[in-house]
Amino acid sequence: MKSQGWLQRWGPQLRELRFTIYLLRQSPLVVVGFILLASFILVAIFAPWIAPYGPEERVWTEPRQPPSWKHLFGTDTSGGDIFSRVIWGTRIDLAIALVVVLSAAAVGSAIGAVSGFKGGKIDEMLMRVTDVFLAFPALILAMAIAAALGRNLYNLTVALIVVWWPAYARLIRGQVLSEREKLYVEAARAAGASPTRIIFRHVLPNSIYPLLVNATLDLGGVILTAAGLSFIGFGAGAGVAEWGLMIADGRNYLFESPWMATFPGLAILLSSLSLNLVGDGLRDVLDPRLRR
Amino acid sequence: MPELLLSIRSLRTYFYTYAGVVKALDDVNFEIYRGEIFGLVGETGCGKSVTALSIMQLVPNPPGRIASGQILLEGEDLLKKGEEEMRKIRGAKISMVFQDPMTYINPVLTIGDQISEVILLHQDLRKEVLAIKIEELQRKLEKVEPTSGTARDFKSKIEELEKRMIDPPKPSKGDVKRAALKKTIETLKLVRMPYPERVVKQYPHELSGGMRQRAMIAMALSCGPSLLIADEATTALDVTIQAQILQLLNELKKEIGASILIITHDLGIVAEMCDRVGVMYAGVVVEYAGTKALFRKPLHPYTQGLLRSIPKLHKEMERLEIIPGSVPNLIYPPPGCRFHPRCPYVMEICKKERPPMFESEEEHFVACYLYGQGEN
Repeated sequence: MKSQGWLQRWGPQLRELRFTIYLLRQSPLVVVGFILLASFILVAIFAPWIAPYGPEERVWTEPRQPPSWKHLFGTDTSGGDIFSRVIWGTRIDLAIALVVVLSAAAVGSAIGAVSGFKGGKIDEMLMRVTDVFLAFPALILAMAIAAALGRNLYNLTVALIVVWWPAYARLIRGQVLSEREKLYVEAARAAGASPTRIIFRHVLPNSIYPLLVNATLDLGGVILTAAGLSFIGFGAGAGVAEWGLMIADGRNYLFESPWMATFPGLAILLSSLSLNLVGDGLRDVLDPRLRR
Repeated sequence: MPELLLSIRSLRTYFYTYAGVVKALDDVNFEIYRGEIFGLVGETGCGKSVTALSIMQLVPNPPGRIASGQILLEGEDLLKKGEEEMRKIRGAKISMVFQDPMTYINPVLTIGDQISEVILLHQDLRKEVLAIKIEELQRKLEKVEPTSGTARDFKSKIEELEKRMIDPPKPSKGDVKRAALKKTIETLKLVRMPYPERVVKQYPHELSGGMRQRAMIAMALSCGPSLLIADEATTALDVTIQAQILQLLNELKKEIGASILIITHDLGIVAEMCDRVGVMYAGVVVEYAGTKALFRKPLHPYTQGLLRSIPKLHKEMERLEIIPGSVPNLIYPPPGCRFHPRCPYVMEICKKERPPMFESEEEHFVACYLYGQGEN
């Protein structure tokens, strides 16, 4: 009897989930993306158990070794095991991407929602500020901020958040503009809800879906940009197991020891590719017009 | 003499647009007594909904603004209240049921969430939380051996909680939510919602139109308002559901003793439901009277025209009756009586001066010079 009640309660949701999975499986590329992304996440979580060496552990007697059974991806100039460092780097790069996108989305959507909902002068003011941020080339602005704050991963993250939020503010503002005219907003007002409550409880949840897709796609972009900034020396401090920095270390030995730059490069490629594929899949699944 | 609940005096609501000032409400007067159903009828664009929004002070600003007048609820002028105070009145003392239940409910929140939100906004649930706790303990008490030690424990706990009923402690958030949900279910039962325990967990798209409208009414009633405004509340529903909802409103009026302001263009609803009616034309209430009196003997030429233009089943007609002409432009309304360009009985004075309200028969007011003289 009890299990029947459970089925009755969750049956429709289960069917919905099954339909979602069915939709996702329609495109093999999305499945590939999901598998790749899942393996990256697993690698990041279980890094200490997978990696044979520590992130900054050096075997000084074995510099620039080609790939072998002892060092799967070879070693770098100071004898660091590239395989282990790529695995440890997964943690750092995924964490940066996640933190940057989450905070940028939170800040951006709060500002965008207030701007779109209030309209008038507040809207004008906030949007001009975002315009100023958008007018700068993103990479240059991030470089400037990272350089001004000093070279480490926290400052890199801060710089990327500063660069990334205006896009979300714009996106959410547009959504809120159309959403605030919906009649349930008026109903909420008539029930005595305050503007803050209406924005965050009624309007925002209704405008968040496009942001979800965009944020997933952006995760890949952030990984790329973060690695790029590290590559030119604005990110991780020397010696940290970060993909961009590892490529930077390997670029002088591109012909003699190509493995030094190749494997971290592959990691960047595959991780951003997987996030892009997943983002595409999410867009298809969340689009109600494609869904029904 | 019934007690006066709401009194609207020379209310003017203007919309300041690029084309000019739209005088959407120009000197509206009417009164609603406690426990009655008042109908406001008129054609599209005559200012019925703006009246409702003005009472709630939800006129979109800009461009709209209440230019002057008084809205007295239980003797207090709502127009003098600040936004903060108004927010406490909306949903608690005055609440509103809207036209289209499809679009007036937030699609991403469950019915239970939305109704309990209103309850949480306006009510202090400390007593209810305590009552639930006592009830739970009593249920436990019934299960254990009446002479055992645990039973004595429960009894002393219940006594302790009952003592605190006078000044209940501040409950935790989860407890308050539980109490609100319980109240929500009670309110849903009040509006005869089938399976209320299941409905609170459902999303709006899972309900039919009639059920959604019931949910909206439950939301409006959840805090026991003294005035319920039903703005075309049944227009979007099909006739059988419409009849059910109207019957429900009628029953609820008796049960909770609220006054209801029905805004509609359907004279049938007015005849069926209302105790008294106000007829609006171009931003002015031109006639108001008891429903029976109005239908038996309409005085204002516009009301007469409206009643004539209802298609009749028992009479064979070539064409439907109409009122000649069209609704005036509210930016440049005609001088004098606003109805005079379309009025079959127009006189010279109608073109120059606005007719005041004449009480032509007892409790039957009409703004027309046919029933009284101007000052000169």
